[in-house]
Amino acid sequence: MMRLLAWGAFLLGVPIFLLPLLGMTEFSLSMRRGVYSLDAYRSVLADPAFRETFLYSVVLALFTIVFGVLLVVPTAYWVRLRMPGLRPVVEFLTLLPLVIPAIVLVFGYIRLYNTSSFLPLTGSTTGTNILLMFGYATLALPYMYRAVDTGLRTIDVATLTEAAQSLGAGWATILARVILPNILVAVLSGAFLTFAIVMGEFTMAALLNRPAFGPYLQIVGANRAYEPAALAVIAFAITWACMGLIQLVTRLTPHMRTRP
Amino acid sequence: MALRHRTFRPPTPRWLGLAPFFLFAFLFLILPTLTIVFGAFRGADGGATLQNILDLNTSTIRNAYWVSVRVSLWSALIGCTMGFGMAAAAILGGLPRGIRAPLLTFSGVASNFAGVPLAFAFIATIGPAGLITFWLRTEFGINLRAWGFNLFSTTGLILTYLFFQVPLMILIITPAIEGLRREWREAAATLGATGWQYWRMIALPILLPSFLGTFALLFANAFGAVATAFALAGPQLNIAPILLFSQIRGDVLGNPGLGYALALGMIVITGLANAIYLWLRARSERWLR
Repeated sequence: MMRLLAWGAFLLGVPIFLLPLLGMTEFSLSMRRGVYSLDAYRSVLADPAFRETFLYSVVLALFTIVFGVLLVVPTAYWVRLRMPGLRPVVEFLTLLPLVIPAIVLVFGYIRLYNTSSFLPLTGSTTGTNILLMFGYATLALPYMYRAVDTGLRTIDVATLTEAAQSLGAGWATILARVILPNILVAVLSGAFLTFAIVMGEFTMAALLNRPAFGPYLQIVGANRAYEPAALAVIAFAITWACMGLIQLVTRLTPHMRTRP
Repeated sequence: MALRHRTFRPPTPRWLGLAPFFLFAFLFLILPTLTIVFGAFRGADGGATLQNILDLNTSTIRNAYWVSVRVSLWSALIGCTMGFGMAAAAILGGLPRGIRAPLLTFSGVASNFAGVPLAFAFIATIGPAGLITFWLRTEFGINLRAWGFNLFSTTGLILTYLFFQVPLMILIITPAIEGLRREWREAAATLGATGWQYWRMIALPILLPSFLGTFALLFANAFGAVATAFALAGPQLNIAPILLFSQIRGDVLGNPGLGYALALGMIVITGLANAIYLWLRARSERWLR
Protein backbone atom coordinates (compact mmCIF):
# COMPACT_ATOMS: atom_id res chain seq x y z
CA MET A 1 0.00 0.00 0.00
CA MET A 2 2.70 2.41 1.12
CA ARG A 3 4.88 1.40 -1.79
CA LEU A 4 2.00 1.87 -4.22
CA LEU A 5 1.42 5.38 -2.89
CA ALA A 6 5.12 6.15 -3.22
CA TRP A 7 5.23 4.98 -6.81
CA GLY A 8 2.14 7.06 -7.49
CA ALA A 9 3.66 10.25 -6.06
CA PHE A 10 6.90 9.61 -7.89
CA LEU A 11 5.38 8.83 -11.26
CA LEU A 12 3.09 11.85 -11.02
CA GLY A 13 6.12 14.13 -11.09
CA VAL A 14 8.09 12.37 -13.80
CA PRO A 15 6.04 13.65 -16.79
CA ILE A 16 6.68 17.28 -15.76
CA PHE A 17 10.40 16.56 -16.07
CA LEU A 18 10.47 14.31 -19.08
CA LEU A 19 7.77 15.62 -21.41
CA PRO A 20 9.32 19.07 -22.00
CA LEU A 21 12.68 17.42 -22.72
CA LEU A 22 11.01 15.01 -25.09
CA GLY A 23 8.98 17.81 -26.66
CA MET A 24 11.93 20.09 -27.32
CA THR A 25 14.04 17.25 -28.71
CA GLU A 26 11.29 16.04 -31.03
CA PHE A 27 10.49 19.57 -32.15
CA SER A 28 14.13 20.40 -32.82
CA LEU A 29 14.35 17.43 -35.17
CA SER A 30 11.16 18.19 -37.12
CA MET A 31 12.26 21.13 -39.24
CA ARG A 32 12.06 19.11 -42.43
CA ARG A 33 8.51 18.05 -43.07
CA GLY A 34 7.77 14.38 -42.56
CA VAL A 35 11.21 13.13 -41.50
CA TYR A 36 13.53 13.71 -38.58
CA SER A 37 16.54 15.79 -39.53
CA LEU A 38 19.24 17.92 -37.97
CA ASP A 39 18.29 20.90 -40.11
CA ALA A 40 17.42 23.11 -37.15
CA TYR A 41 20.83 22.46 -35.57
CA ARG A 42 22.56 23.10 -38.89
CA SER A 43 20.68 26.37 -39.21
CA VAL A 44 21.64 27.39 -35.66
CA LEU A 45 25.31 26.49 -36.04
CA ALA A 46 25.51 28.33 -39.37
CA ASP A 47 24.22 31.53 -37.78
CA PRO A 48 27.18 33.87 -37.16
CA ALA A 49 25.22 35.57 -34.36
CA PHE A 50 25.05 32.21 -32.57
CA ARG A 51 28.81 31.79 -32.63
CA GLU A 52 29.47 35.41 -31.62
CA THR A 53 27.05 35.51 -28.71
CA PHE A 54 28.03 32.02 -27.55
CA LEU A 55 31.70 32.97 -27.56
CA TYR A 56 30.94 36.26 -25.82
CA SER A 57 29.13 34.46 -23.00
CA VAL A 58 31.85 31.80 -22.68
CA VAL A 59 34.57 34.46 -22.36
CA LEU A 60 32.45 36.43 -19.91
CA ALA A 61 31.80 33.27 -17.88
CA LEU A 62 35.53 32.55 -17.68
CA PHE A 63 36.29 36.09 -16.51
CA THR A 64 33.47 35.86 -13.98
CA ILE A 65 34.88 32.59 -12.64
CA VAL A 66 38.41 34.00 -12.29
CA PHE A 67 37.12 37.13 -10.58
CA GLY A 68 34.76 35.12 -8.37
CA VAL A 69 37.56 32.79 -7.22
CA LEU A 70 39.90 35.71 -6.53
CA LEU A 71 37.19 37.42 -4.51
CA VAL A 72 35.66 34.49 -2.64
CA VAL A 73 38.60 32.21 -1.77
CA PRO A 74 40.63 34.81 0.19
CA THR A 75 37.46 36.09 1.86
CA ALA A 76 36.17 32.68 2.97
CA TYR A 77 39.71 31.72 4.06
CA TRP A 78 40.19 34.87 6.08
CA VAL A 79 36.78 34.54 7.74
CA ARG A 80 37.63 30.99 8.82
CA LEU A 81 41.15 31.80 9.97
CA ARG A 82 41.01 35.22 11.57
CA MET A 83 37.54 36.76 11.63
CA PRO A 84 35.01 34.06 12.57
CA GLY A 85 33.02 36.75 14.34
CA LEU A 86 32.18 38.34 11.00
CA ARG A 87 30.90 35.07 9.53
CA PRO A 88 27.18 35.92 9.95
CA VAL A 89 27.68 39.28 8.24
CA VAL A 90 29.61 37.81 5.31
CA GLU A 91 27.14 34.94 4.92
CA PHE A 92 24.23 37.35 4.98
CA LEU A 93 25.84 39.45 2.25
CA THR A 94 26.49 36.39 0.08
CA LEU A 95 22.82 35.44 0.40
CA LEU A 96 21.52 38.85 -0.65
CA PRO A 97 21.61 38.09 -4.40
CA LEU A 98 18.98 35.42 -3.75
CA VAL A 99 16.78 38.00 -2.02
CA ILE A 100 17.09 40.95 -4.38
CA PRO A 101 15.87 40.00 -7.87
CA ALA A 102 18.50 40.34 -10.61
CA ILE A 103 16.31 42.81 -12.46
CA VAL A 104 16.29 45.15 -9.46
CA LEU A 105 20.08 44.90 -9.09
CA VAL A 106 20.72 45.73 -12.72
CA PHE A 107 18.25 48.61 -12.48
CA GLY A 108 20.38 49.96 -9.65
CA TYR A 109 23.57 49.45 -11.71
CA ILE A 110 22.14 51.38 -14.66
CA ARG A 111 21.16 54.31 -12.45
CA LEU A 112 24.30 54.19 -10.34
CA TYR A 113 27.03 53.73 -12.95
CA ASN A 114 25.72 55.89 -15.79
CA THR A 115 27.88 58.36 -17.69
CA SER A 116 27.40 61.18 -15.19
CA SER A 117 28.24 59.16 -12.07
CA PHE A 118 31.39 58.73 -9.99
CA LEU A 119 32.12 55.43 -11.77
CA PRO A 120 30.83 55.82 -15.36
CA LEU A 121 31.00 52.12 -16.27
CA THR A 122 28.11 52.18 -18.75
CA GLY A 123 29.84 54.95 -20.72
CA SER A 124 32.01 52.57 -22.74
CA THR A 125 31.72 49.04 -24.13
CA THR A 126 34.58 47.74 -22.01
CA GLY A 127 33.11 49.41 -18.95
CA THR A 128 29.71 47.81 -19.58
CA ASN A 129 31.33 44.41 -20.08
CA ILE A 130 33.11 44.81 -16.75
CA LEU A 131 29.87 45.91 -15.10
CA LEU A 132 28.10 42.84 -16.51
CA MET A 133 30.90 40.64 -15.18
CA PHE A 134 30.51 42.18 -11.72
CA GLY A 135 26.78 41.59 -12.02
CA TYR A 136 27.32 37.91 -12.86
CA ALA A 137 29.85 37.57 -10.06
CA THR A 138 27.13 38.92 -7.77
CA LEU A 139 24.54 36.43 -9.06
CA ALA A 140 27.00 33.55 -8.62
CA LEU A 141 28.18 34.74 -5.18
CA PRO A 142 25.76 32.62 -3.08
CA TYR A 143 26.78 29.41 -4.88
CA MET A 144 30.49 30.19 -5.12
CA TYR A 145 30.78 31.18 -1.46
CA ARG A 146 28.87 28.13 -0.24
CA ALA A 147 30.99 25.79 -2.39
CA VAL A 148 34.31 27.28 -1.25
CA ASP A 149 33.26 27.45 2.40
CA THR A 150 32.23 23.78 2.31
CA GLY A 151 35.64 22.98 0.82
CA LEU A 152 37.45 24.90 3.55
CA ARG A 153 35.54 22.96 6.19
CA THR A 154 37.19 19.74 5.04
CA ILE A 155 40.75 20.99 5.64
CA ASP A 156 42.56 22.22 8.71
CA VAL A 157 43.04 25.83 7.69
CA ALA A 158 44.93 26.97 10.81
CA THR A 159 47.48 24.14 10.79
CA LEU A 160 48.15 24.43 7.08
CA THR A 161 48.64 28.18 7.43
CA GLU A 162 51.06 27.85 10.35
CA ALA A 163 53.00 25.12 8.58
CA ALA A 164 53.33 27.29 5.47
CA GLN A 165 54.26 30.35 7.53
CA SER A 166 56.95 28.51 9.44
CA LEU A 167 58.46 27.61 6.07
CA GLY A 168 58.50 31.31 5.19
CA ALA A 169 55.48 31.59 2.91
CA GLY A 170 53.64 34.88 2.52
CA TRP A 171 49.87 35.24 2.23
CA ALA A 172 49.78 35.05 -1.56
CA THR A 173 51.87 31.86 -1.54
CA ILE A 174 49.72 30.31 1.17
CA LEU A 175 46.52 31.01 -0.72
CA ALA A 176 47.75 30.05 -4.17
CA ARG A 177 49.95 27.05 -3.34
CA VAL A 178 48.52 25.62 -0.12
CA ILE A 179 44.86 26.53 0.30
CA LEU A 180 43.70 26.60 -3.33
CA PRO A 181 45.04 23.15 -4.31
CA ASN A 182 43.42 21.68 -1.21
CA ILE A 183 39.96 23.02 -2.03
CA LEU A 184 40.24 22.71 -5.80
CA VAL A 185 37.25 20.39 -6.06
CA ALA A 186 35.03 22.86 -4.21
CA VAL A 187 36.31 25.75 -6.32
CA LEU A 188 35.65 23.78 -9.51
CA SER A 189 32.10 23.01 -8.36
CA GLY A 190 31.49 26.70 -7.84
CA ALA A 191 33.12 27.45 -11.19
CA PHE A 192 30.93 25.06 -13.20
CA LEU A 193 27.81 26.35 -11.50
CA THR A 194 28.89 29.92 -12.32
CA PHE A 195 29.41 28.86 -15.91
CA ALA A 196 25.90 27.43 -16.14
CA ILE A 197 24.40 30.58 -14.61
CA VAL A 198 26.25 32.97 -16.93
CA MET A 199 25.48 30.98 -20.10
CA GLY A 200 21.76 31.12 -19.50
CA GLU A 201 21.39 34.59 -18.01
CA PHE A 202 19.08 36.95 -19.87
CA THR A 203 17.91 39.91 -17.79
CA MET A 204 21.19 41.65 -16.96
CA ALA A 205 22.70 41.22 -20.42
CA ALA A 206 19.52 42.41 -22.14
CA LEU A 207 19.17 45.52 -19.99
CA LEU A 208 22.86 46.39 -20.31
CA ASN A 209 22.56 45.84 -24.08
CA ARG A 210 25.37 43.32 -24.33
CA PRO A 211 25.40 40.68 -27.11
CA ALA A 212 25.27 37.67 -24.79
CA PHE A 213 23.81 34.22 -25.41
CA GLY A 214 20.65 34.79 -23.32
CA PRO A 215 19.34 37.83 -25.27
CA TYR A 216 20.27 36.05 -28.53
CA LEU A 217 18.10 33.08 -27.49
CA GLN A 218 15.19 35.40 -26.81
CA ILE A 219 15.50 37.09 -30.22
CA VAL A 220 15.63 33.75 -32.04
CA GLY A 221 12.64 32.58 -30.01
CA ALA A 222 10.60 35.57 -31.12
CA ASN A 223 11.42 35.11 -34.82
CA ARG A 224 11.95 31.41 -35.60
CA ALA A 225 9.98 28.19 -35.18
CA TYR A 226 12.35 25.20 -34.95
CA GLU A 227 15.66 26.82 -34.06
CA PRO A 228 14.56 27.72 -30.50
CA ALA A 229 13.95 24.05 -29.73
CA ALA A 230 17.42 23.17 -31.02
CA LEU A 231 18.89 25.97 -28.90
CA ALA A 232 16.98 24.70 -25.86
CA VAL A 233 18.51 21.25 -26.39
CA ILE A 234 21.98 22.84 -26.63
CA ALA A 235 21.37 24.94 -23.49
CA PHE A 236 20.14 21.88 -21.63
CA ALA A 237 23.24 19.98 -22.71
CA ILE A 238 25.44 22.79 -21.33
CA THR A 239 23.63 22.76 -17.97
CA TRP A 240 23.81 18.97 -17.87
CA ALA A 241 27.54 19.03 -18.69
CA CYS A 242 28.25 21.57 -15.93
CA MET A 243 26.36 19.53 -13.33
CA GLY A 244 27.93 16.30 -14.58
CA LEU A 245 31.42 17.80 -14.25
CA ILE A 246 30.63 18.87 -10.67
CA GLN A 247 29.65 15.29 -9.83
CA LEU A 248 32.70 13.96 -11.62
CA VAL A 249 35.26 16.13 -9.80
CA THR A 250 33.55 15.41 -6.48
CA ARG A 251 33.63 11.68 -7.10
CA LEU A 252 37.24 11.66 -8.26
CA THR A 253 38.38 12.83 -4.82
CA PRO A 254 36.54 10.63 -2.33
CA HIS A 255 38.78 11.63 0.59
CA MET A 256 37.34 15.14 0.49
CA ARG A 257 33.95 13.86 1.54
CA THR A 258 34.90 11.48 4.32
CA ARG A 259 36.02 14.21 6.72
CA PRO A 260 33.28 16.21 8.43
CA MET B 1 65.70 35.10 7.93
CA ALA B 2 62.17 35.32 6.67
CA LEU B 3 60.89 35.32 10.21
CA ARG B 4 63.04 38.26 11.35
CA HIS B 5 61.99 40.22 8.32
CA ARG B 6 58.34 39.70 9.23
CA THR B 7 58.65 40.97 12.78
CA PHE B 8 59.88 44.35 11.61
CA ARG B 9 56.91 44.95 9.34
CA PRO B 10 54.19 47.12 10.87
CA PRO B 11 51.21 44.92 11.75
CA THR B 12 48.48 45.03 9.15
CA PRO B 13 44.97 45.27 10.59
CA ARG B 14 43.03 42.00 10.42
CA TRP B 15 39.99 43.51 8.71
CA LEU B 16 42.08 44.47 5.70
CA GLY B 17 41.79 40.88 4.47
CA LEU B 18 38.05 41.33 4.05
CA ALA B 19 38.23 44.82 2.57
CA PRO B 20 37.97 43.70 -1.11
CA PHE B 21 34.88 41.64 -0.38
CA PHE B 22 33.14 44.38 1.56
CA LEU B 23 34.01 46.92 -1.12
CA PHE B 24 32.56 44.63 -3.80
CA ALA B 25 29.41 43.92 -1.77
CA PHE B 26 29.00 47.63 -1.09
CA LEU B 27 29.38 48.69 -4.72
CA PHE B 28 27.37 45.93 -6.41
CA LEU B 29 24.83 44.87 -3.79
CA ILE B 30 24.24 47.49 -1.11
CA LEU B 31 24.65 50.70 -3.08
CA PRO B 32 22.44 49.65 -6.06
CA THR B 33 19.72 48.57 -3.65
CA LEU B 34 19.98 51.81 -1.69
CA THR B 35 19.77 53.76 -4.97
CA ILE B 36 16.44 52.07 -5.65
CA VAL B 37 15.15 52.63 -2.12
CA PHE B 38 16.07 56.31 -2.04
CA GLY B 39 14.90 56.83 -5.61
CA ALA B 40 11.49 55.51 -4.65
CA PHE B 41 11.13 58.29 -2.10
CA ARG B 42 12.47 61.09 -4.27
CA GLY B 43 10.22 63.32 -6.36
CA ALA B 44 10.94 64.79 -9.79
CA ASP B 45 12.19 67.95 -8.08
CA GLY B 46 14.68 65.96 -5.96
CA GLY B 47 12.81 66.42 -2.68
CA ALA B 48 11.55 63.66 -0.42
CA THR B 49 8.06 62.40 -1.23
CA LEU B 50 5.70 59.47 -0.78
CA GLN B 51 3.97 60.24 -4.07
CA ASN B 52 5.80 57.49 -6.03
CA ILE B 53 4.61 54.84 -3.59
CA LEU B 54 1.07 56.20 -3.69
CA ASP B 55 1.18 56.29 -7.50
CA LEU B 56 1.69 52.51 -7.52
CA ASN B 57 -2.02 52.27 -6.81
CA THR B 58 -3.15 52.10 -10.44
CA SER B 59 -5.08 49.21 -11.93
CA THR B 60 -2.17 48.17 -14.22
CA ILE B 61 0.42 48.05 -11.46
CA ARG B 62 -1.90 46.55 -8.87
CA ASN B 63 -2.83 43.90 -11.40
CA ALA B 64 0.83 43.23 -12.29
CA TYR B 65 1.76 42.64 -8.64
CA TRP B 66 -1.35 40.53 -8.09
CA VAL B 67 -0.71 38.27 -11.10
CA SER B 68 2.94 37.91 -10.00
CA VAL B 69 1.94 37.00 -6.47
CA ARG B 70 -0.64 34.50 -7.74
CA VAL B 71 1.78 32.82 -10.16
CA SER B 72 4.47 32.65 -7.47
CA LEU B 73 2.09 31.32 -4.80
CA TRP B 74 0.62 28.60 -6.97
CA SER B 75 3.89 27.48 -8.52
CA ALA B 76 5.47 27.41 -5.05
CA LEU B 77 2.55 25.51 -3.52
CA ILE B 78 2.32 22.89 -6.27
CA GLY B 79 6.11 22.73 -6.53
CA CYS B 80 6.46 22.12 -2.78
CA THR B 81 3.76 19.46 -2.71
CA MET B 82 5.01 17.56 -5.74
CA GLY B 83 8.66 17.91 -4.76
CA PHE B 84 7.91 16.69 -1.25
CA GLY B 85 5.88 13.78 -2.61
CA MET B 86 8.67 12.71 -4.93
CA ALA B 87 11.44 13.12 -2.35
CA ALA B 88 9.47 11.30 0.36
CA ALA B 89 8.59 8.53 -2.10
CA ALA B 90 12.21 8.07 -3.12
CA ILE B 91 13.60 8.09 0.43
CA LEU B 92 10.91 6.51 2.62
CA GLY B 93 8.49 4.89 0.21
CA GLY B 94 10.37 1.70 -0.50
CA LEU B 95 11.36 2.67 -4.03
CA PRO B 96 14.57 1.04 -5.27
CA ARG B 97 17.58 2.78 -3.74
CA GLY B 98 19.11 3.24 -7.16
CA ILE B 99 16.47 5.84 -7.98
CA ARG B 100 17.71 8.37 -5.43
CA ALA B 101 21.03 9.46 -6.93
CA PRO B 102 19.67 9.99 -10.46
CA LEU B 103 16.73 11.92 -9.01
CA LEU B 104 19.05 14.29 -7.12
CA THR B 105 21.39 14.72 -10.09
CA PHE B 106 18.49 15.43 -12.38
CA SER B 107 17.05 17.88 -9.86
CA GLY B 108 20.38 19.71 -9.80
CA VAL B 109 20.25 20.07 -13.57
CA ALA B 110 16.56 20.92 -13.85
CA SER B 111 16.63 23.52 -11.08
CA ASN B 112 19.34 25.32 -13.04
CA PHE B 113 17.62 24.92 -16.39
CA ALA B 114 15.51 28.07 -16.27
CA GLY B 115 15.24 31.21 -18.27
CA VAL B 116 14.73 31.46 -22.02
CA PRO B 117 15.49 27.82 -23.04
CA LEU B 118 12.93 26.52 -20.54
CA ALA B 119 10.26 28.58 -22.27
CA PHE B 120 11.34 27.08 -25.61
CA ALA B 121 11.05 23.58 -24.23
CA PHE B 122 7.48 24.17 -23.07
CA ILE B 123 6.46 25.91 -26.29
CA ALA B 124 7.75 22.88 -28.21
CA THR B 125 5.79 20.59 -25.88
CA ILE B 126 2.41 22.16 -25.17
CA GLY B 127 2.52 25.38 -27.14
CA PRO B 128 -0.02 25.87 -29.99
CA ALA B 129 2.04 23.60 -32.27
CA GLY B 130 3.71 21.53 -29.56
CA LEU B 131 4.23 17.80 -29.38
CA ILE B 132 1.51 17.05 -26.81
CA THR B 133 -0.96 19.56 -28.22
CA PHE B 134 -0.59 17.93 -31.62
CA TRP B 135 -0.75 14.40 -30.22
CA LEU B 136 -3.90 15.07 -28.20
CA ARG B 137 -5.58 16.60 -31.23
CA THR B 138 -4.73 13.90 -33.76
CA GLU B 139 -5.05 10.86 -31.48
CA PHE B 140 -7.91 11.85 -29.19
CA GLY B 141 -9.52 14.82 -30.91
CA ILE B 142 -8.87 16.97 -27.84
CA ASN B 143 -8.26 20.59 -28.69
CA LEU B 144 -6.42 22.08 -25.71
CA ARG B 145 -7.21 25.58 -26.81
CA ALA B 146 -10.92 24.87 -26.90
CA TRP B 147 -10.60 23.49 -23.37
CA GLY B 148 -9.34 26.88 -22.29
CA PHE B 149 -5.68 26.00 -21.96
CA ASN B 150 -3.20 28.55 -23.22
CA LEU B 151 0.52 28.23 -22.50
CA PHE B 152 0.97 32.00 -22.80
CA SER B 153 -1.29 32.66 -19.82
CA THR B 154 -0.98 32.59 -16.05
CA THR B 155 -1.77 28.87 -15.97
CA GLY B 156 0.89 28.18 -18.59
CA LEU B 157 3.40 30.22 -16.62
CA ILE B 158 2.69 28.28 -13.43
CA LEU B 159 3.06 24.98 -15.29
CA THR B 160 6.37 26.10 -16.81
CA TYR B 161 7.76 27.31 -13.47
CA LEU B 162 7.08 23.86 -12.00
CA PHE B 163 9.98 22.54 -14.07
CA PHE B 164 12.46 24.32 -11.77
CA GLN B 165 10.30 24.64 -8.64
CA VAL B 166 9.76 20.89 -8.14
CA PRO B 167 13.46 19.93 -8.39
CA LEU B 168 14.45 22.84 -6.16
CA MET B 169 12.06 21.53 -3.52
CA ILE B 170 13.50 18.01 -3.91
CA LEU B 171 17.05 19.34 -3.43
CA ILE B 172 16.22 21.33 -0.31
CA ILE B 173 13.80 18.95 1.40
CA THR B 174 15.81 15.74 0.87
CA PRO B 175 18.31 16.45 3.69
CA ALA B 176 15.39 17.27 6.00
CA ILE B 177 13.60 14.01 5.21
CA GLU B 178 16.85 12.08 5.59
CA GLY B 179 17.25 13.77 8.99
CA LEU B 180 14.17 12.02 10.34
CA ARG B 181 15.67 9.46 12.71
CA ARG B 182 14.68 5.86 12.59
CA GLU B 183 14.58 5.91 16.43
CA TRP B 184 11.67 8.36 16.41
CA ARG B 185 9.64 6.06 14.27
CA GLU B 186 10.55 3.05 16.41
CA ALA B 187 9.80 4.93 19.62
CA ALA B 188 6.40 5.93 18.25
CA ALA B 189 5.70 2.35 17.16
CA THR B 190 6.70 1.03 20.60
CA LEU B 191 4.14 3.37 22.16
CA GLY B 192 1.52 1.96 19.82
CA ALA B 193 1.32 4.67 17.17
CA THR B 194 0.10 3.77 13.74
CA GLY B 195 1.97 4.89 10.63
CA TRP B 196 -0.53 7.69 10.10
CA GLN B 197 -0.19 8.86 13.72
CA TYR B 198 3.60 8.88 13.40
CA TRP B 199 3.34 11.09 10.34
CA ARG B 200 0.70 13.42 11.71
CA MET B 201 2.15 13.89 15.19
CA ILE B 202 5.90 13.50 14.73
CA ALA B 203 7.29 13.61 11.19
CA LEU B 204 5.14 16.35 9.71
CA PRO B 205 5.50 18.78 12.66
CA ILE B 206 9.29 18.33 12.44
CA LEU B 207 9.30 18.83 8.68
CA LEU B 208 6.81 21.69 8.70
CA PRO B 209 9.34 24.53 9.21
CA SER B 210 11.53 23.25 6.35
CA PHE B 211 8.44 22.80 4.24
CA LEU B 212 7.13 26.31 4.86
CA GLY B 213 10.60 27.79 4.62
CA THR B 214 11.22 26.22 1.23
CA PHE B 215 7.79 27.42 0.19
CA ALA B 216 8.88 31.00 0.92
CA LEU B 217 12.10 30.46 -1.01
CA LEU B 218 10.27 29.05 -4.04
CA PHE B 219 7.87 31.96 -3.88
CA ALA B 220 10.70 34.50 -4.04
CA ASN B 221 12.38 32.44 -6.74
CA ALA B 222 9.33 32.64 -9.00
CA PHE B 223 8.57 36.23 -8.12
CA GLY B 224 11.88 37.60 -9.35
CA ALA B 225 12.05 35.50 -12.54
CA VAL B 226 11.93 37.52 -15.76
CA ALA B 227 13.46 35.52 -18.60
CA THR B 228 11.09 32.54 -18.76
CA ALA B 229 7.97 34.70 -18.70
CA PHE B 230 9.46 37.14 -21.19
CA ALA B 231 10.38 34.41 -23.67
CA LEU B 232 7.05 32.67 -23.17
CA ALA B 233 4.58 35.50 -23.46
CA GLY B 234 6.59 38.52 -24.55
CA PRO B 235 6.74 42.01 -23.06
CA GLN B 236 2.97 42.46 -22.95
CA LEU B 237 2.44 39.90 -20.16
CA ASN B 238 1.50 42.02 -17.18
CA ILE B 239 3.53 40.72 -14.23
CA ALA B 240 5.66 42.88 -11.95
CA PRO B 241 9.16 41.87 -13.20
CA ILE B 242 8.20 42.27 -16.86
CA LEU B 243 6.59 45.64 -16.17
CA LEU B 244 9.83 46.70 -14.49
CA PHE B 245 11.81 45.35 -17.45
CA SER B 246 9.79 47.48 -19.90
CA GLN B 247 10.06 50.45 -17.56
CA ILE B 248 13.87 50.22 -17.44
CA ARG B 249 14.05 49.82 -21.22
CA GLY B 250 11.71 52.61 -22.20
CA ASP B 251 9.98 54.30 -19.25
CA VAL B 252 6.57 52.87 -20.23
CA LEU B 253 5.07 54.24 -17.01
CA GLY B 254 6.11 57.75 -18.03
CA ASN B 255 7.60 58.48 -14.62
CA PRO B 256 11.12 57.41 -13.55
CA GLY B 257 10.19 57.72 -9.89
CA LEU B 258 7.46 55.15 -10.38
CA GLY B 259 10.03 52.68 -11.73
CA TYR B 260 11.97 52.95 -8.45
CA ALA B 261 8.79 52.44 -6.46
CA LEU B 262 7.90 49.37 -8.55
CA ALA B 263 11.36 47.89 -7.89
CA LEU B 264 11.10 48.73 -4.19
CA GLY B 265 7.80 46.85 -4.03
CA MET B 266 9.53 43.79 -5.46
CA ILE B 267 12.37 44.03 -2.94
CA VAL B 268 9.88 44.27 -0.09
CA ILE B 269 7.93 41.20 -1.26
CA THR B 270 10.95 38.96 -1.96
CA GLY B 271 12.63 40.30 1.19
CA LEU B 272 9.64 39.31 3.31
CA ALA B 273 9.49 35.86 1.72
CA ASN B 274 13.18 35.31 2.43
CA ALA B 275 12.95 36.61 5.98
CA ILE B 276 10.27 33.99 6.60
CA TYR B 277 12.51 31.37 4.98
CA LEU B 278 15.53 32.22 7.17
CA TRP B 279 13.45 32.33 10.33
CA LEU B 280 11.82 28.98 9.64
CA ARG B 281 15.09 27.38 8.60
CA ALA B 282 16.69 28.42 11.86
CA ARG B 283 13.77 26.77 13.67
CA SER B 284 13.99 23.54 11.71
CA GLU B 285 17.73 23.22 12.23
CA ARG B 286 17.17 22.80 15.94
CA TRP B 287 15.76 19.35 15.20
CA LEU B 288 17.81 18.23 12.26
CA ARG B 289 21.39 18.00 13.39
